[in-house]
Amino acid sequence: MAEETKSPVPPPPPDGEKKPVTESVAPPAQAAAPPAAQKMPTPAAAPPKPAAPAKPAGPVPVPWSSPMVEKYRHQYGSGLEAHSYLGQNYFTVDRLLIPDFLKLLRDDEQFDYCVDITSVHYPKREKQFDVIWILYSFARNERIRVKTQIADGEGVPSAVSIWATANWLEREVYDMFGIKFDGHPDLKRILLPDGWKGFPLRKDYGILQQDQEWVKINLGIESGQ
Amino acid sequence: MNDRENAVSNLDLETPEKPYLDSNELIINMGPQHPATHGVLRVILKLDGEKVLGTECVIGYLHRGVEKIAENRTYTMFNPYVDRMDYVAAVSNGLGYCQAVEKLLNVEAPPRANYIRVILTELNRIASHQLWLGTHALDIGAMTPLFYTFRDREEILKIFEKYCGARLTTHAFRIGGCQYETYAGFEKDVKNFLTFVAPKIGEYEELLTTNRIWLERTKNVGVISGPDAIALGVTGPVLRASGVKWDIRKAQPYANYSQFDFEIPTGKNGDTYDRYLVRMEEMRQSLRIIEQAVNGIPEGPIMAKVPKVIKPAVGEIYHSIEAPKGELGYFIVSDGSTQPYRVRVRPPSFVNLQALDVMVRGMLVADVVAVIGTLDIVLGEVDR
Repeated sequence: MAEETKSPVPPPPPDGEKKPVTESVAPPAQAAAPPAAQKMPTPAAAPPKPAAPAKPAGPVPVPWSSPMVEKYRHQYGSGLEAHSYLGQNYFTVDRLLIPDFLKLLRDDEQFDYCVDITSVHYPKREKQFDVIWILYSFARNERIRVKTQIADGEGVPSAVSIWATANWLEREVYDMFGIKFDGHPDLKRILLPDGWKGFPLRKDYGILQQDQEWVKINLGIESGQ
Repeated sequence: MNDRENAVSNLDLETPEKPYLDSNELIINMGPQHPATHGVLRVILKLDGEKVLGTECVIGYLHRGVEKIAENRTYTMFNPYVDRMDYVAAVSNGLGYCQAVEKLLNVEAPPRANYIRVILTELNRIASHQLWLGTHALDIGAMTPLFYTFRDREEILKIFEKYCGARLTTHAFRIGGCQYETYAGFEKDVKNFLTFVAPKIGEYEELLTTNRIWLERTKNVGVISGPDAIALGVTGPVLRASGVKWDIRKAQPYANYSQFDFEIPTGKNGDTYDRYLVRMEEMRQSLRIIEQAVNGIPEGPIMAKVPKVIKPAVGEIYHSIEAPKGELGYFIVSDGSTQPYRVRVRPPSFVNLQALDVMVRGMLVADVVAVIGTLDIVLGEVDR
């Protein structure tokens, strides 16, 4: 019995040996697949053309005009654009206007509550980052966004002196995107450990990167991920 | 990494003019493993005897990279993840996320779905406040409320379980409405709960509101003024206790909150006691909303017409709701694909926690415990 139970055990290795064969068979199949995949793009590339005219049917940003917008457009000219998307209004401003414009919004327009500061990374763009301030005014019951574009390595003036809440919010943006806020009282990582490498919410930061690196350094093996 | 363990921060703190006896300033760690920090929060305290000269919060122990995960999931797949942020108010998180995506898609949930959403969200608000009350009172030394609140919170969790099969991380809503029709007897269960819990809130109050120890521990503790709270971005009951009458359910109504009649309770002093009173009253107001909703629940579909594959047009949207802890916002950027290009969560706990330093300066170490409790933070949401 014991021999019988043992005997079934050896056969698996041959199976295991055979498996590479099946695997070696598989690559040709995979190799065969790419031509199909290469063919795919052509039919796939065709549909976007009919889809393109359909796109304008979706919501698009429309110009936003209000007395406040007119006032600032007059003041700043081409440095400022105002749009509205799905009923939400936002300014797109030149980076150089940033501390002053935010301060004006707080002091003159009563945007006294800074809801959030965040960023979006567009690696293919020349100015890679959008920095976004979401503001709210209790007096006007109005919510707006202010957006600016910056290049990698470029700093943004800190808003901590305007809204105290910007302190942690800017630290988080720095932590996740590596954007420096000039004049921030204590700009350091907040959620990640101080020794962390890289900025996770950048698009070029792969989700497996950290794991693979850690396993390699600390365990000396290749990560299975 | 070691820097973080050892560095005692670069706290820029003033030294008191007259130090307490000849004691030196003492820097101690509270947490990360401390029962009163409600999770893994580390607070570095700079002390002069018992007096707090300044604090610094070290957070991130529960960071899971929720925002990065979102970029690698489809809109639908990411939905259950939001429940894991503020896990004591998972229904609210889900509501905020679903509504944000609906806004991006430019669809609206049907009326019946909105009623179900409001009922469940308000039940969750009560559950969240009950959990807050139990743990906050326990931190301060009153043990009984914990048993009372957990006993009663159980009834809410039972309704959740019957509705969607889960008690905590419910994933109750879907983009476009609700997946599940209410079960037979849902309305009866909710009505029974209303009659059951209304006197219980009075019971909690009987234990605490005029209790001398409670008053000593909470009155004039952790005071924050209205303007300070606004500058620090504090929202929710903490803001309202400082006298700012602002609730997103009223200011910018979402779902169908505009149809219901309820009050926004506010405080005057902005201290721990006022925050306690505000939350107690909020529970009663939630009961009012639920009662109106459950009596007026209409027939009809529970899902809007949403495509099976969710692919919003290129654009960005910010949507926020009044979660039990404050303003919970989602900023979603779509690049026209099936996966969000970027999801930013504006967590109320994270922003409120920033106010801790202002609130405890000059108070005693024991008050730090009371203030952490009164801020009602959930570390899962702070760290995300």
